[in-house]
Amino acid sequence: MFDNFPLWPVRASTGAGNVDALYIFLLALSAFMCLAIFAMILIFATRYRRRRGVEAEQIEGSTALEITWSIIPMAIFMAIFVWGAVIYFHERTPPRDASEVYVVAKQWMWKLQHQEGPREINELHVPVGRDVKLIMTSQDVIHSFYVPAFRIKQDVLPGRYTTAWFRATRPGVYHLFCSQYCGTMHSGMIGQVVVMEPPQYEAWLSGGGTTGSLAASGESLFQQLGCPTCHRSDTQGRGPNLVGIFGKPVQLEDGRTVIADENYIRESILSPSAKIVSGFKPIMPVFQGLVGEEQLNALVAYIKSLSPSPVGGQAGVSLAPKPQYPKE
Amino acid sequence: MATVAVTAEREHYLNKEYGIRSWLLTTDHKRIALLYLASITFFFFIGGFFALLIRLELLTPAGDLVQADTYNKLFSMHGQVMIFFFLIPSIPAVLGNFLVPLMIGAKDLAFPRINLLSWYLYMIAGVIYIHCIVYGGVDTGWTFYTPFSTAFSNTRVIEAGIAIFIAGFSSILTGLNFVVTIHRMRAPGMTWSRLPLFIWAHYATSIIQLLGTPVLAVTLLLVVFERAFNLGIFDPTRGGDPLLFQHLFWFYSHPAVYIMILPAMAVESEVVACFTRKRIFGYNFVAMSSIAIAVFGFLVWAHHMFVAGISLYSALIFSILSYLVAVPSAIKVFNWTATMYKGSISFTTPMLYAFGFIGLFTMGGLTGLFLACLGIDVHVHDTYFVIAHFHYIMVGGAVMGYLGGLHFWWPKISGRMYPEGWGRLAALLVFAGFNLTFFPQFILGYMGMPRRYWQYPPEFQVLNVLSTAGSTILAVGYVLPMVYFLWSMRYGKIANDNPWGAAGLEWKTSSPPPTFNFDEAPEVTWEAYNYEEIPAPAEVPVER
Repeated sequence: MFDNFPLWPVRASTGAGNVDALYIFLLALSAFMCLAIFAMILIFATRYRRRRGVEAEQIEGSTALEITWSIIPMAIFMAIFVWGAVIYFHERTPPRDASEVYVVAKQWMWKLQHQEGPREINELHVPVGRDVKLIMTSQDVIHSFYVPAFRIKQDVLPGRYTTAWFRATRPGVYHLFCSQYCGTMHSGMIGQVVVMEPPQYEAWLSGGGTTGSLAASGESLFQQLGCPTCHRSDTQGRGPNLVGIFGKPVQLEDGRTVIADENYIRESILSPSAKIVSGFKPIMPVFQGLVGEEQLNALVAYIKSLSPSPVGGQAGVSLAPKPQYPKE
Repeated sequence: MATVAVTAEREHYLNKEYGIRSWLLTTDHKRIALLYLASITFFFFIGGFFALLIRLELLTPAGDLVQADTYNKLFSMHGQVMIFFFLIPSIPAVLGNFLVPLMIGAKDLAFPRINLLSWYLYMIAGVIYIHCIVYGGVDTGWTFYTPFSTAFSNTRVIEAGIAIFIAGFSSILTGLNFVVTIHRMRAPGMTWSRLPLFIWAHYATSIIQLLGTPVLAVTLLLVVFERAFNLGIFDPTRGGDPLLFQHLFWFYSHPAVYIMILPAMAVESEVVACFTRKRIFGYNFVAMSSIAIAVFGFLVWAHHMFVAGISLYSALIFSILSYLVAVPSAIKVFNWTATMYKGSISFTTPMLYAFGFIGLFTMGGLTGLFLACLGIDVHVHDTYFVIAHFHYIMVGGAVMGYLGGLHFWWPKISGRMYPEGWGRLAALLVFAGFNLTFFPQFILGYMGMPRRYWQYPPEFQVLNVLSTAGSTILAVGYVLPMVYFLWSMRYGKIANDNPWGAAGLEWKTSSPPPTFNFDEAPEVTWEAYNYEEIPAPAEVPVER
């Protein structure tokens, strides 16, 4: 439905159809409500227009009517809420085995790096049928990553990671917009998402002449910065052993427990004393200002690579339940 | 009372004193209302001028009329002027100021000098803001999002922030004055259940102004401090949190939507009652829905932040609360519609605006359901869909209410009738121009056109051209009333005390009212909207 309708955005992801279905439902409901109210007003305005000798009939009101037209809309609203919440929950829960793309936004461009290594500016190449998770941060102000064809949007904030995900379904070239006002050339901060058939994508990927995967560059950076001195792969180090830590709960010195996600790793590199792991001392130097956003992404990707891939079905590692949506 | 007044000699608030001092030092709520009327009209046309430039720039996909930086300043200042210097004060400070004491049978507001002070604060804020515009302007959007506003913008953010900070106190003082007046100054017999719904809605509005505006003041002050003194409050590189700003900002700015729309609903109730010649259907429910809106309105702010990076579960809670606040708004629409049933309806200019209000507010409200819905909001957030939605509420709703109210009470304010034919024409132009301007923007939004874009991909052009075309019609519709209102002050037909045959104490005094409102202190022995006891006069046309 509406596939070639000129005033309708293309649908190019698994999530887009869900959003459109709810939107069409809401359009129909709104059209019905508008027509009902406009028709009533029109009928009353003609039937009860002021005429000589005809007085208005005074009517106090009706509690039964008031309750009816409060309860019924409320019930409809709750149905819309639940439907919308289900879609949102799905949109906000990336599949665990999604391939990852790190996004750094800055005034006024998008810098992207695939976990396999290739970097892109204002362009994102992805294959059809693969779950892609975006791990995004900003170097300056707030931006927003918006691909209308996928019906996804997520603000990109300085100082933390936000995530979004999609699975493209249709090859083509789609708009990538910055949708959060970010200064002079906000409207120039646009790019494109190029969705390709898997063979073409593989060809594109191998044609780039890359320097190795993101995790690999993270590993050399990890060595370079001297991290392994303390973060040894046994229990003897002065810092916690990082092997297998990603996605697991970490016991902190002050008794709290946090999940070691991307934001936690990021914070632990930039300002290590913010959350000290139980049993360790706050001796790690601060890396705020010493590593850039892209180096940070590489380090995070490396530390994540130290944890066994969740694809194998590691029990107890799960961050969030896998969405129950049918995949095409 | 019903005799034709000998207006030439009779003393009233307009001719009691003459001269500039008698206006600038007045404590008469009616004169202060007119001071506000003149000042907000000035700002309305400044904001409108910015809007026209925006629409002209968007006529073509390329950024060609103005520079990118200029465009960013235009939409920022359009928003700030229209919201803080026109819409927030519009109905409360003009019609509310004029009518609240009249409607409850008081001589003036509780604190006449504070009332004048609030106008001066507004003017100080206005002068600072004009200075800001003239010396370079501000480009943060009306939302001042951090860290852009505190660390990146090179424009006059501090000045704009201070201007709005001061304007906020003007709003707080007006709210305070109304709350105290409504509690303490009602005439004998004017019980709470006999209050016009206009008063109930203004009471609710005043509560929001009192409780919400200080939060905006604090937030803007923090922005100014961060920018001026490098404090780390919102900027993450200085240890701040940019989302904290958004929470604080929307904690005021969502309820502010109700500061703008509740008074328009107030006007709506009076006009619909008068021109159907009926008591408003479900008086208690309409009155209480205003209070419910004021209360629930404070609990929904984060629905502006569904894609901002808040947690999934807080998004769920704010979505469901947003639907709760939709119910009292729906109740009002149903009750106004039901009031028309078996009424005696005439199509005067105020009533045309009232019809327009119901239609546009209904569409604005229904599209609000889309935005409160998490799954849809992700796609349409920060697109033209949002722009269209809030213009349906604030222009289709609040401005239509304001214009309708101005026409309705113009005979009382000026003692003259406006020309009815021109009035109807302007109302129709506003309605048509408005829809042509903003309806295409819903479609643009769902197609994915982001807001605040100086240049845009060519596939969005056709709808933008339609929108720009509509805005010129809208402009004509707005200029017309200003012209014929001014004309009518000298040449308009002399109005009698109650040209519409309306219920309400304000119509029981002369037009224009004497300085202390009533020659004899009124005592109320009847319920509100006792239309069965009031004959409809010749001014109200009989339909064939």
